[in-house]
Formats: sequence, structure tokens, C-alpha cells
Amino acid sequence: MELITSIKPLLAVLVSLLVIPVLVSSGSKPNVRESWTFIAGTIKFLIVASMLPAVLGGNQVGLTLFKIAPGADIALRVDALGMLFALVASSLYLITSMYSIGYMRGLNEHGQTRFVSFFALAISATIGAAFSANLLTLYLFYEILSLATYPLVTHHQDAKSKISGRRYLTFILGTSIGLVLPAMIWCYHITGTLEFTGGGIFTNEMARPQALVLLLMFVFGFAKAGIMPFHSWLPAAMVAPTPVSALLHAVAVVKVGVFSIVRVITGIFGIEFLAWMDLGVVVAGIASVTILVSSAIALSQDEFKRRLAYSTIGQLSYIVLGAALLSPKGVTGGMLHIAMHAFGKITLFFCAGAIFVATGKKYLSQMVGIGYRMPVTMTAFFIGSLSIIGLPPTGGFISKWYLVLGTLEGDQMVMLFVLLTSSLLNAAYFMPVFYKAFFCTRQEAMFERKVDEAPMMCVIPLVITALISFVLFFVPQPFLDLAALAVKGFIGG
Amino acid sequence: MNNYPAIVVIAPLLGALFAGITAWVEDRFTYPIALTALGIACAAAVADLCIVLTHGPIQYKMAGWAPPMGIEYRIDALNAMVLVLVTAIAFLNLVASFRNVQQETPDRTGAFYVMYLLFVVGLTGVVSTGDLFNLYVLIEITSLSSYTMIALGDKDRGALASLNYVFIGVIGASFYLLGVGYIYIKTGTLNMAEVATMMPALKESSAILVAFILCILGVFIKMALFPVHVWLPNAYSYAPVGFARIVAPLMTKVMVYAMVRLMITVFGLDYIFNTLDLAEGVVWMATIAILAGGVMALSQKNLKKMLTYIIVCEIGYMVGGAWLGNTLGLTGAILHIVNDALMTFALFLCVGNMVYRLGRVDISDLSGLFGKMPWTMAGFVLAAFSIVGVPPTCGFFSKWYLILGAFEAGAYHFAGALLISSLICAVLFFKVFEVCFFEPMSEGHGHGHAAVTMEEAPVSSLAVLAVVSVSLIVVGVYSGTIVDTVILPFLK
Repeated sequence: MELITSIKPLLAVLVSLLVIPVLVSSGSKPNVRESWTFIAGTIKFLIVASMLPAVLGGNQVGLTLFKIAPGADIALRVDALGMLFALVASSLYLITSMYSIGYMRGLNEHGQTRFVSFFALAISATIGAAFSANLLTLYLFYEILSLATYPLVTHHQDAKSKISGRRYLTFILGTSIGLVLPAMIWCYHITGTLEFTGGGIFTNEMARPQALVLLLMFVFGFAKAGIMPFHSWLPAAMVAPTPVSALLHAVAVVKVGVFSIVRVITGIFGIEFLAWMDLGVVVAGIASVTILVSSAIALSQDEFKRRLAYSTIGQLSYIVLGAALLSPKGVTGGMLHIAMHAFGKITLFFCAGAIFVATGKKYLSQMVGIGYRMPVTMTAFFIGSLSIIGLPPTGGFISKWYLVLGTLEGDQMVMLFVLLTSSLLNAAYFMPVFYKAFFCTRQEAMFERKVDEAPMMCVIPLVITALISFVLFFVPQPFLDLAALAVKGFIGG
Repeated sequence: MNNYPAIVVIAPLLGALFAGITAWVEDRFTYPIALTALGIACAAAVADLCIVLTHGPIQYKMAGWAPPMGIEYRIDALNAMVLVLVTAIAFLNLVASFRNVQQETPDRTGAFYVMYLLFVVGLTGVVSTGDLFNLYVLIEITSLSSYTMIALGDKDRGALASLNYVFIGVIGASFYLLGVGYIYIKTGTLNMAEVATMMPALKESSAILVAFILCILGVFIKMALFPVHVWLPNAYSYAPVGFARIVAPLMTKVMVYAMVRLMITVFGLDYIFNTLDLAEGVVWMATIAILAGGVMALSQKNLKKMLTYIIVCEIGYMVGGAWLGNTLGLTGAILHIVNDALMTFALFLCVGNMVYRLGRVDISDLSGLFGKMPWTMAGFVLAAFSIVGVPPTCGFFSKWYLILGAFEAGAYHFAGALLISSLICAVLFFKVFEVCFFEPMSEGHGHGHAAVTMEEAPVSSLAVLAVVSVSLIVVGVYSGTIVDTVILPFLK
């Protein structure tokens, strides 16, 4: 493995940052503005993709930007895990940008220029987090992302979004400043470095209670991961326009949270260190509780996006659980799930948004018989929900397969039970939606039997993501290879 | 020998003299004179810094008189940096505040610029001098000019706030002077370097202990460390905006500089941390100052007042950091002198812009400001994040060193106070943002509301704000360089 010095990672971060002035200045011409969004998004995706061969070849690409203190620079480094996440985020950003046009124009939303600008800032920070070489840089982008998302969450500027915005900030900023920041400085105080290294930066001399406290500070501190009890910002953040919920609160923001936890588990503590300290089980336990409780809560949610939000909280903890299993297959499964869940869940959010644009309905109880009115959307919904439940032929099956193998590998039957129970719960909260959409009598149906879908710009993206979820079952290679490569770096086998 | 160290102080002094004379004839001429004087001072300060960084400290004997009779200016990496900071902010503020001065004190612009220059004379002198008594004189020049300026401000309350400040300021100055008296009795010299050489022999002297305590108390009062901060909020919020913009970022920071100078150059860290047993108490005081400042800021309804309490809180950062007794803490404190000056300057620039357009800045008056003054608000948001300590703005990096220093010293209460104050500041500023962002919108979806018309501040003020905002990030990401080239060599 060698480190290739290149400014490509920096360009990938900067491209959507630099386009913001252009977006703002072309605010009065929406079509020009949107073209710029696409140009920047495409360039970003291409830059990320161009580094894929090098990373798959076992190399890392990176550069140091600023020297802050010994062992704590602001530096970017693309490794397999970062590449996996960046690929997912940058490709879905393009699709979401298309969806945004359909959604925002379909609803004639105000402040669209502000919206696309902060969206670009958020995706910049996401890629930055993916490519961070050390904890300091990761924290930097994590905070920028928190703040860039605030105007998106509160986009409607009404009383409800104000309250949700407060909750969002309290949880996200409160935990990152209150827990992650001191934990990070504590780590630096102990070890003198914050670099993500394959085997972690701690030595075995560390006392177990201290390691435990630090670990918990990180796991709860990265509240974007939605680990209970720091999860309730996510359902609140559903007041945002649906593209925000779709990309940020199913992919970018929340996955930066779990990504950070995975990074800390693998790069700061180290898999072997945690196994030796026997701390993985603590995190796995916390994640399991979150999985089961949130899935149970999701059952009772009638608002479509809130049900999806609780489902997301559960699925995010799958990723944390995977990493906490500390077995090669488990960690692979966790990382794969970053990608598989992203494509599946974004499809579901796109569906929720499309239904809202087309019919103005937000509650599941008002969607009986919607399948006849919006068959394409609801078919995509079906595929997406299969992927979340983890059934073939969708990508979600692959990651869940690895997770299950991981529990067997580590001989952790309780976790296996958690995973299987959660799958049942997932099916229990998604299948009725699909069932009621198609299987109802004419009297029960709330919609006419006439096809009337949302605007094309809304429908095409959800078809694309549903198709990708389907294709990933047969061709999971880029993500699977990256995950396997990353695991090799962490466990060193 | 070059004369840059003298020029930094003399240029504004001569400027004040000329401006004072011309003001009798025509007020309008004072502005270009002030601008030129501060431009020269700023250039000389930059030259100083370059020389110090390449050739090491400069010793400058005023008028060629050797110490202990003469006054010595001693410029090392630390005060060279602070001098650049002081003169640059003074110069930039002059550019930014032209319209504000016209608006607020239309019939006294001449007096304003003369006092402004004298204030800068005092600040640069305090930072340059290597003489304990001279330090007193210059602190008083600074203070006297600010008493005058504050009295020029708010018609109803400016004078009272100024009087309040005079009373407490004089007490602080007397403490310091008394302390210097004791030092002179014991050592027979007022030159800082010479006092320092005699310190090891005087470790056990109770007179020196009293001198130390008196000097430090005097400086604490002048920098408004809680609970002797009571003069500051009123004085700074009723001052004319053009002056508040410079006194708020610089006055307290220069006093922190004076404290660091007394601690390191005069009494010596060995004496303070190994012989005396005060450090822990002072760190506790700083901890309380941080929390008290934050809590009091929470209860303010006026934006200017809120910011002044944040200054009280930030003073706690620097005092605590300096008294942690390790290099990391001192590094954080010194770095924070620079960072806090820049952040506070940026915030007060924005407040000045708001005052210029709105007249008053109660937080409830700020609704819809993101639409009305987008550039000002952009700068305000960035500066606020810096106060909160969000990377990559500079506020994060000094906080990083301070917390690291607190961990090393085992002062967990201080680290905790720093974190809590970050959270409090986040609440404070988001309270303001909420008013600016949400208020004009009625309930519902917010569609199709009338477009808000833009009413920005003067271009000169916005340009300065842009420069300062960029510097918040640049200074932040280059803080490693600042620490390596300026602070660590100084602390060695």
C-alpha cells in the first residue's frame, strides 16, 4: 500500500463549494442555476470515481492541507472505506438534484437558491468527512455539515420548523461539542496523534474504564448516527423538504454519523484493541436496543416520513452493530450496509415526496389504493422496502447476509436474534403500506383508478435508485470489494 | 538601528497632535490625518514583526538613553505580533467607521479622531514598552482617552457609564502603580528585564509578593475579569459605535497581554508557579468568570450588551489558560489574544452596521435581517461560529490548546467551563439567528411572501468586514504556523 499525493480529494470537496457563488448569482434564472448544480455534481462524481482504480489497487490518495499540531493536521486521505461512502454520496447527490427540481418546482417552494446553495455546501462537507485522514479533519467537516443542514431543515421558516430546528441543533451540536470535542482532545492528550491508523492509536496499557468512557463519548457524541437516546432529532428533522430528508437524512448526514463511529472504532480504537478490551459487545448492545426499539416505534407511525425516519434510525444501528461485532464479515456487512441502505432508503423517501407532490398526502392512512394512481412509484417503493427488509433480489440482502455471517463468526447468537427480529419488524411496517396501496376494494380506495404520477423529474430518480437497489443484488462488486479491502486494512489479515 | 519600534507609537501621537490643531480650523481634515498616521504605524508594526522573526528581538532605547534611566522598548515575537494586530484593527476600523462617526457625533468628528489616535498611542505603547512605570503611564493614556470617548456616546447613559468606568479604572491603575512602587523599592529599577534578573534572589521577599499581587489585581480590574467586570458592559455598549468597535476587541486583550508580559518577562513563570501557590485559585476564578459571563449574556435583550458579556466570558479563557502553568495553556491564551481580538472586531463591525441602519439593536429588532443585510449577517454568522469554536474558524484552535492545557494540568473544571461556554454561545447566537431568520414569515408554508428589500451598510464597512471574516479562517488554519514561529519561540 502506498500513499499517492494528489489534489484530487481536495478538488472533490471544493467543487461544490466553489460553485455556490455561481448558484447564488444565477438565482434569478433557475434553469441556469440547476445546470450549474449538475455540472458541479457530475464533476464531483467523476473526480471521486477517477480515484477508484487507485484505491481498488490497494493504494491511498491524499494530501496534507494545513499543519495544526504534531499528529493533528488538516489532511485528506482516500481509503477504501472513505471511497465507498464518497461514491454513494456523490452519485446520489446527482440523482437527488434532479429530484429536487421536480419536487421544489412542483410545490413552488420559496428560497430555492438558498436551498440548492446549502445543499451544495452540505455535500461538500460530506465528501470532506469521507476523505478525512484524521479525527480533527473529520470533526471539522462534521461540524460544517451540522451547520449547513440547519437552514435546510428549517427551510419553511414557520413555527414548526423553528422548533424542529432547535431540537436538531440541541442534539447535534450539543453532543458534538459536549462529547466528541472533549473525547477527541482527550485522545490527543493520551496518544499525541489523531491519525486514523489500521490498528488504532491506543496501546494496551490503557485502562479499560477509560477506554469505555471514551468509546461511549464517541458513540453517543456522533449523534447524527441516531443512536438512542440521541435519536429524536431525526423524526423532528422530517419537517424539511423531502429532498433534504432523502439525501441528508437517509444518506449524507446520518451516514456521516455512522461513518464517524465506524472510523473511530476501526481507526482510533482499532478492532483488535476493542476485542482485547472486550468492549465491542457494549456498542453492539446499545445498537441492538436502538434497532429493536426504533423498529417497534416505526410500526405505530402514521406519517409516512416519520415511519421512514424511525426505520432509518434502526438501519443506521445495523451499521454500528456490524462494526461492533469486530469480526471480518460483520465489519464488511456494516460497511456494505452504508451503500445498500442508502439506495434503498432514498428510494422510499423519493416515493414519499412524489406522493406528496402529486396528491398532497402525508399520512399512510390516507394512501389506501394509491397503487392504482401511482403504480410506478409504488412499485419502486416495493423494491426499496425489500432492500431495507433484506430480501432478495435486492442489495439489502447482501449486506444483511454478511451481518448475519458476522454474528455467526463471532458466535453472538443474541445479535443474530436481534437482526432476524428486526427484519420481521421491518417487514411488518413496510408491507402493509404496499398491501393497502394495491389490495383494497373499490369502496376502500381513496383514489380514482387513473394513473396520475408526480412530475417526471420526481419519478425518474426513484426509478433509477430502485433499479440500482435491484442491480446491486447481482453486481455488488464495487462496494463489496471496497468493504473487503477496508476490512483487510483494519484487521490486517 | 532602525526606528520602527518608536514609529509605531510616535506616528499616532504626532497624528493626534496635528489632528488636534487642524480640528480648530476644519473638522474634515482630521480623518485623512488619522488614516495616514495609523497606516504608517501599521506598516512599521509589520516591519517590526518581519525583523523580529528573522533577526530576533529588538531592543530600542528611547532617545538613546540607556536603562535604567531611559525607557527601553523591547520588541520580541509576542509583542511584535500583538502590535500588528492592534495597529491593523485600529486602521481597518478607521476605514470602516467613517460613516458611523459622521452619523453619531456629527459635530465632534475632530475630537473623535484625536482621541481615537491617543487611544491607539496608549495601546501600542503598552504593548511595546519594556519599562514598568512607562507601562502605567500608557495604560492611563489608553484609559483616559476611552473615558472621553465613552462619554461621547449615548446621550443619556454614556456619561454615567464613563464615570463608572473612571472610578473603577482609577482603582485598578492605583493598584498597579502601588505594586510598581514596591518593585522599585526592592530592586531600584523599573526596567522589566533588569527586574527579571533580580527576581531569583527576591523569591522569598514578602514585598515582592505584595507587589506581584497588587500589579496583577490592577491588571485584572483593567481587563474586567469577573467579578471586577462591572464597568465593562455599560461602558462598551453606550460608547459610540466607531469607538466600541476598537475598544471591545483591543482594550481587554492588550491588558491580557500586559498580564502575560508581567508573568513571563518580569516575575517569571518559575516564581509564579513554583514559589507561589496562587495558580489554582486564579484558574478557578477564570472558570467562574467564563460561566458567569455566559449566564449573564443569556439574560441580555440587547445585542451589544450580549456581546459585551461574551467579552467577560472570553477574558476568563485567557486568564485561565495563562494560569494553567503549562506551555499548552499559555499557547492557547496567547493565540486567543489574537483570535478573540479578530472575532470580537468582526462581531462589533456587524453590530456597527446594524446600528447604522436600524438605530438600535435590541435582539427583537433584528427580524428579517438575513434578507435586509445579507453580507453583514454572513460576517456575523462566521464570527459567531468562531466564538462558539467551530473549525476551521480561529476560535476553535485556541480553544483546542486551552482544553489540551487544561487536561495536562488536570484542571478539568476549566475544560468543562470552556465546553459549557461553547454551548452557551451556540444558544446565544442561534437565538439571534432565529429572530433574523424566522420572524418576518407568518405561519404556514412561507410561499409568495413579499421580497425583502436590501439595505446594506456602507461599502467601506462591508469591505473591512470581508477582510476580517476571511482572516478568521486564514488565521485559524495557519494557527499551527503562528504557534511554531511566534508563540513557541517566545515561550522558550
